[in-house]
Amino acid sequence: MNRIVVVGASAAGLAAAETLRREGYEGTLTLVGDEPHAPYDRPPLSKQVLAAEWERDRLPLRRPGELAALGLDLRLGTAATGLDTARRRVRMADGGDVPYDGLILATGVRPRRLPGGGAHVLRTLEDALALRERLAPGRHLVVVGAGFLGAEAAAVARGLGVQVTLLEPAAVPLAHAVGEEIGRVLSRAHADRGVRLRCGVTVTEATGGGVRLADGGAVEADEVLVAVGSAPNTEWLAGSGLTVADGVVCDAYLEAAPGVYAAGDVARWLHPLSGTSLRIEHRTNATGQGMAAARNLLRPEARRPFAAVPYFWSDQYGMRIQAHGFLRGHDEVAVVEGALDDRRFVAAYRTGDRVGGVLAVAMPPAAVQRWRQAVAHRAPWGEHVRVTV
Amino acid sequence: MSGAEVELETDRCVASGQCVVAAGQVFDQDDDGIAVLLAERPAPEHLDDVREAVAVCPAAAIRLLER
Ligand SMILES: Cc1cc2nc3c(=O)[nH]c(=O)nc-3n(C[C@H](O)[C@H](O)[C@H](O)COP(=O)(O)OP(=O)(O)OC[C@H]3O[C@@H](n4cnc5c(N)ncnc54)[C@H](O)[C@@H]3O)c2cc1C
Ligand code: SF4
Repeated sequence: MNRIVVVGASAAGLAAAETLRREGYEGTLTLVGDEPHAPYDRPPLSKQVLAAEWERDRLPLRRPGELAALGLDLRLGTAATGLDTARRRVRMADGGDVPYDGLILATGVRPRRLPGGGAHVLRTLEDALALRERLAPGRHLVVVGAGFLGAEAAAVARGLGVQVTLLEPAAVPLAHAVGEEIGRVLSRAHADRGVRLRCGVTVTEATGGGVRLADGGAVEADEVLVAVGSAPNTEWLAGSGLTVADGVVCDAYLEAAPGVYAAGDVARWLHPLSGTSLRIEHRTNATGQGMAAARNLLRPEARRPFAAVPYFWSDQYGMRIQAHGFLRGHDEVAVVEGALDDRRFVAAYRTGDRVGGVLAVAMPPAAVQRWRQAVAHRAPWGEHVRVTV
Repeated sequence: MSGAEVELETDRCVASGQCVVAAGQVFDQDDDGIAVLLAERPAPEHLDDVREAVAVCPAAAIRLLER
């Protein structure tokens, strides 16, 4: 293999490129990214960057020298616009054509938007800087969507003295992800800080001066942030022959077609631990999959399914939330350490008769690691969880 | 001892513990989960594990300076 192309120059794409070199690949390595920046990190955008604690110079994932050492054919500020898997070529926005022997797709996702104009989204450095410029004490921000992203932004805005209204279509924020009780506990942190949380409201439109609601009502605001989920960047793959269904569909090895792998937020793969096809938008998943895709592409004879235990963290009001494994679609939740009321606990999630996932809030590392192990080994529920309800 | 030096930016660390899983001889975590460097100049046989930690750290908080 002499020509490898990686499309998407962020966490997953960078991890793939670095792994290829670490594993001894010496051929041409093209990294294509449509953003003008060298690979940078997104989690700080809704945290340190929005809070104006970090400037943009802290965001790059690697220093210029480290990037240079990879010997990349780096094409930044250029989108890949088409893929011909039969002739093994990536079409570029500048009209060029890049041939490949191996290809890794890491184009991530983009935020869903609402009809109407003038609302912020939060995905890129430019998004974060634009929003932060508008946050000042006394101003009113409406955040549409109380998922982790919306919640983090609301927390930062409150910390800056902004009036915040958080609008959520579900009855309880995050209930689908972490369960109702925990969702309620996490959202109480907002109420304590003076965020106005309104659940069960559907926003139909951003109006420039706020948002319009499905029930005919409206909420006025100086700024609107829409955080209602995302859509995979796969349009450019139309006609390529790859299967696209809410992401690039891959097998357990992250392979989408012969010699074509996907990694990160854009990849939908068959997770051996859960037995289902899923797509995960977590920072460590992007890195892990980038590394795994690179290894499998380079050494097909020794390839391994990607079976990492999903991991996610979030920071809100100085409260660190960490989740391991699978929480969605659980059958039961039990608090196994600490107490909900202290907002310091570990909750275990049962799927079937196993510990499928855990969520820790403000817990020491030993406790988190112990439960991570239980998830990794799919420990039997009854032996580990003494239900004390 | 080796010539390679580990650099850890603790104010970036998000307490994921990935470095401890990858290279337990070189990294630990304090009570808040923030990574702690056990060996600034790790033994040569631990360098591969440290490279793994650099690669998996979700906060890009670890560097290995080789000279
Ligand atoms: C504000 C924010 C906060 C977050 N906080 C957390 C957190 O606390 N914890 C956590 O675990 N995760 C968090 N995440 C999620 C995490 O950042 C993502 O999972 C991760 O960035 C995914 O990396 P990726 O490389 O797969 O995709 P992306 O980071 O989306 O990168 C894809 C890149 O490909 C580019 N691209 C797209 N199409 C093309 C094309 N056709 N040609 C060329 N380039 C293209 C995109 O512009 C982008 O640069 C957060 C995300 C955001 C936005
Ligand atoms: S892997 Fe990185 S973020 Fe995680 S504990 Fe270690 S240094 Fe901190």
